[in-house]
Amino acid sequence: MSGRHLAQFNVATQRLPLDDPRMADFVALLEPINALADRSPGFVWRLIGADGDDATSVRPCGDDVVVNFSVWESRQALWDFAYRSGHLDVMRRRREWFHRPGGAHLVLWWIPAGHIPSVDEAVERLRLLRADGPSPRAFTFRDFYDPDASPPPVKISPRRDPALG
Amino acid sequence: MSGIEAVAALQDPMRRRLYEYVAAQDHEVSRNEAAAAVGAQRTLAAFHLDKLVDAGLLDAVFRRLTERTGPGAGRPAKLYRPAPGEHAVSIPPRDYRTPAGLLAEAAEAAGLDREAQEAAARYGRELGAALPRRPGLDEVAALLRARGYEPYLEEREEAAGGPVLRMRNCPFRALSDRFPPLVCGMNVALIEGLLAGTTGLRARMDARPDRCCAVVEAAGGRAAPHPPVGESKNNRT
Repeated sequence: MSGRHLAQFNVATQRLPLDDPRMADFVALLEPINALADRSPGFVWRLIGADGDDATSVRPCGDDVVVNFSVWESRQALWDFAYRSGHLDVMRRRREWFHRPGGAHLVLWWIPAGHIPSVDEAVERLRLLRADGPSPRAFTFRDFYDPDASPPPVKISPRRDPALG
Repeated sequence: MSGIEAVAALQDPMRRRLYEYVAAQDHEVSRNEAAAAVGAQRTLAAFHLDKLVDAGLLDAVFRRLTERTGPGAGRPAKLYRPAPGEHAVSIPPRDYRTPAGLLAEAAEAAGLDREAQEAAARYGRELGAALPRRPGLDEVAALLRARGYEPYLEEREEAAGGPVLRMRNCPFRALSDRFPPLVCGMNVALIEGLLAGTTGLRARMDARPDRCCAVVEAAGGRAAPHPPVGESKNNRT
C-alpha cells in the first residue's frame, strides 16, 4: 500500500462542556488513548491543536463539536486501533458523552503518502459523504473503497451472507 | 459449499475431533500434530483433514517448518487452520442475521448503545444464574465455551492480576465487524451480567486483533477503568 495513506475524520457533538464533571472520564482518557494511537502499528499522523496535545481545541464544525483527524498506513492499521485496542473501550461509552449523530460522522479517504491534509479538506470530505453517499473520494468502513479504485471503484460488500448456502 | 454439506462433513466423529482441535489452536496445525492430538494414524488423519478442507471448514497452507531452504530442505509441510467463513443451517429456512443487522443499524443510528448494553446485561444475569456464588475461571470458561466463545486461559503474573480468561472466537462476528462499539459493548455487558451475581471475578473489555473483545479475570487487581454498565441503576448483589 506504499504511496497511499488512509485519512480519517470524525465529528461528535458533546452533551456537555468538557469542564463538566460528567465529561471528566472522557477528558481523562484523551491523553492515554492519544498516546496509544501514537504508538500503534501503521499510525502516521493525528491533528493536534495549538494548545495542548490533542485536537479538542480545533472546532471547525461548531463550538460543541469535537473532531478526530488522523492518517494511517492502511485500513487494517486504522481498524485495529479504532476497534481492536483500548480505544474500543472508550467508544462503547460514546453515548454518555456525545449526542447521537444526525448523519454520517466518520469519513475516510486515501491521500498520497507524505501529504498532511488540512482541516478544510477533511470538512469538505465529510460534506461530500453526507451529500453524495460513499464514493472513492469519501467513504466509510462499511462502504470501503480500495486505494487504486479510481476508474470503476471496487466496492467491498460488507453484506456477504453465506448463512443459508 | 453449502452450510448443510459443511455440517454433514462433521458427522464423522474423528473429523469433528480434528476440526475442534485445529479450531482451538493458536497456530497452524501439521498432520502429525493433529493425528497425535486425536490418537489416529497420520494417513487417516490427513484423509479427514483434507475432507474438512473440501467442505470449506479448514484452510490448508504449505509452509516449511524449518529455516532451511534450498536442496535438502525438504518439501514444505501441509498445515491446517480454521477457514474464515461461517456456516449455518436452519431447517426449515430461517434467517435471523438479516433482521439482526437491520436492528443493529437502527440502534446505531438511534444511538441506543446504553439501552442495548442494559438488555445484554439483563440477559447475562439470567445466564449467570447457572454459576455458583464464587465461580472459578474454569467454571466461567465452561459456560462461555458452551456459548461458542472458545475460551482459553492465559497465564499472567500475580502482580499483573493473575491468569486471565481470553476468548478466541467472537460468536457475534458478523455483527461486531459491522458495528463494533455497539455490538462489542453489548458483548462486554453480557459477560459482566453473567458475573453480576457472583464474587471474585470480573469482566472487562480488552480488545485485540483476532480475539473476542472481553476478558475475565480476578476482581481486585488493578482498578477497573470505569464502573460496569448499569451499575449506577441496578444495585448488584
